[in-house]
Amino acid sequence: MASRKEGSGAAGGGFGSAKGKGKAAAAGDSAVKQVQIDGLVVLKIIKHYQEEGQGNEVVQGVLLGLVVDDRLEITNCFPFPQHTEDDADFDEVQYQMEMMRSLRHVNIDHLHVGWYQSTYYGSFVTRALLDSQFSYQHAIEESVVLIYDPIKTAQGSLSLKAYRLTPKLMEVCKEKDFSPEALKKANIAYENMFEEVPIVIKNSYLINVMLWELEKKSAVADRHELLSLASSNHLGKSLQLLMDRVDEMSQDIVKYNTYLRNVSKQQQQKHQQRRQQENIQRQSRGEPPLPEEDINKLFKPPQPPPRMESLLIAGQINTYCQNIKEFNAQNLGKLFMAQALQDYNN
Amino acid sequence: MTDVRLSQLLSARRTQPLSLAKWRLQLPVRLLPRPPRRRVRRRLPPPRRGALPPRPLRPRRPRRPRRRPRHCQPRSRAPSPEAAWCGCTQSCSPPSWTASSGATRARRGSSGRCWVRAAALPCPARRSLGGSAPLSRCPFLPLPPAGTVDKHSVEVTNCFSVPHNESEDEVAVDMEFAKNMYELHKKVSPSEIILGWYATGHDITEHSVLIHEYYSREAHNPIHLTVDTSLQNSRMSIKAYVSAPMGVPGKTMGVMFTPLTVKYVYYDTERIGVDLIMKTCFSPNRVIGLSSDLQQVGSASARIQDTLTMVLQYAEDVLSGKVAADNTVGRFLMDLINQVPKISPEDFETMLNSNINDLLMVTYLANLTQSQIALNEKLLSL
Repeated sequence: MASRKEGSGAAGGGFGSAKGKGKAAAAGDSAVKQVQIDGLVVLKIIKHYQEEGQGNEVVQGVLLGLVVDDRLEITNCFPFPQHTEDDADFDEVQYQMEMMRSLRHVNIDHLHVGWYQSTYYGSFVTRALLDSQFSYQHAIEESVVLIYDPIKTAQGSLSLKAYRLTPKLMEVCKEKDFSPEALKKANIAYENMFEEVPIVIKNSYLINVMLWELEKKSAVADRHELLSLASSNHLGKSLQLLMDRVDEMSQDIVKYNTYLRNVSKQQQQKHQQRRQQENIQRQSRGEPPLPEEDINKLFKPPQPPPRMESLLIAGQINTYCQNIKEFNAQNLGKLFMAQALQDYNN
Repeated sequence: MTDVRLSQLLSARRTQPLSLAKWRLQLPVRLLPRPPRRRVRRRLPPPRRGALPPRPLRPRRPRRPRRRPRHCQPRSRAPSPEAAWCGCTQSCSPPSWTASSGATRARRGSSGRCWVRAAALPCPARRSLGGSAPLSRCPFLPLPPAGTVDKHSVEVTNCFSVPHNESEDEVAVDMEFAKNMYELHKKVSPSEIILGWYATGHDITEHSVLIHEYYSREAHNPIHLTVDTSLQNSRMSIKAYVSAPMGVPGKTMGVMFTPLTVKYVYYDTERIGVDLIMKTCFSPNRVIGLSSDLQQVGSASARIQDTLTMVLQYAEDVLSGKVAADNTVGRFLMDLINQVPKISPEDFETMLNSNINDLLMVTYLANLTQSQIALNEKLLSL
């Protein structure tokens, strides 16, 4: 679903080239080539989820920072309170404004550059996210959404991804026209919906000093969750979600097929032919021919179903598959290592 | 029905001159026609421009019980008030001086132990506003153990900075601001209360006493954290204090700051985050990227390999007599060896093969699904 830039894989070479201080992006190109995050932001996001987001809920928050050349530097963030039913009078905008004002007062970066969200097993491609990101990107050109996957992180490695909408999708969203023709014209496939922006983490010197201190003082033992061989639970859940989505997808396809069938039935020339025959008869009788009305004026053509849903589902399925494959690759590697060790023992 | 009632009323009031207005006033409310009950539908407020888009409502989730803090050791009063204990507080960016404060959960033992939790979230160093105020004070919000008040330890989980001004003889802290920020923070995590305050700098001054006094009104027995960003002794020492009155009662009274132990505590995921962030210490321009899947497995196994080499080296040293044998270490080593499960080769083969088959099948299915949806896209665009 994302035209994956290779940044996340190539730790050294990738961002070395992407970090080039180029000019502003050319038309059609994305304005942000790299996202640079402070350690502070990463840990705040982790903490927010840990404290407030157990279970299936997503936690959200706002990212603050600056744009430098083609790099988006995120230096701070603050969390957003959860929505509950008895908070109907809670004013989101006011909360945000207050927070930003206070932060500005103490000379912290307060410029809004994006938002973050946690996800459950990678299921974040929803209409809500699309709408939110569209309004963000519409207002702020370079905004990104950071997706934090806590379950994957708990398995041993931080999973944080930054996404933006492609310019093509932005155009389509602006028109608000999601019919099949419009999407075909814009040539959008599910891979072209989101684009992933590579992330780097950067800390200041003082923070590095603090981290050295922590390393000395913290007595927490090193955990090796990454090397654990137990994988069936995680796989089972991911596959369950994938199956649900595939079911939805098949329903969507059935709907689209019925639509196509209706359209073709209507466009069959039966009515037209009858009209023509009648006209011929009338001509033979010497009467003026009836006007051959346009078929569409008589019968309303069936509405084409909006294609956005199926695009989203396809995108979501793609994400699931990518995640599952990544997970499997890791586990295969671990299993082969275990095999090698066992052979050595014997 | 109304007529009947009206006539009754009229008959009842026959003695008085009836004017329309009068008996209208005296009509019991019930006689007036009941307004039709309209179902008031709540309209969603229109989306505000330039604001965050409204989020879909989520069902209310049950609050999970808060964790209880671990018990700490019995009290030990260290005599020197100068010894500063620092605890890292989270996400503090003091306004004036360059301060990098770690965001950690400091579970501070008022007795001796302080458990610092979470990863240190250092704040980026900030330019000093005026250069005059060497210290910045900020209150911090800890996570108190809900329900139980543990006398010996306190957990610090969050913090925010508060602007202040300091001159020779007076200090002014913006309390309104502090209250405001606290209210905002409470909206997100309603169970956090103010535990104390932090300051950057390596020492305690008279101003600290004043501010501490203020905060003792806000919180019971407030904690004072100092984070030494001037890197005295080439260390960023983080220390915590609690105040105790001292002096001769009735005559000169003073305040003594007794130090506390600071410990760092992490959530698991935070630990992973901190490990990742720590890698920037080793990179030349302090930048790291996020690595891909197999790379992570590789680095994790490299770490284990290093530790194993260390252990082997130690064993060899002991055997060759270079290092004296230590029984505890020996016992740990025994446990380590015994933890490797003994499985017969056939059983292991079957287990391995079934796992590998599962994984391969799932990979195949995932690829199949992906090609399926790609095909679907192509067909639709025909």
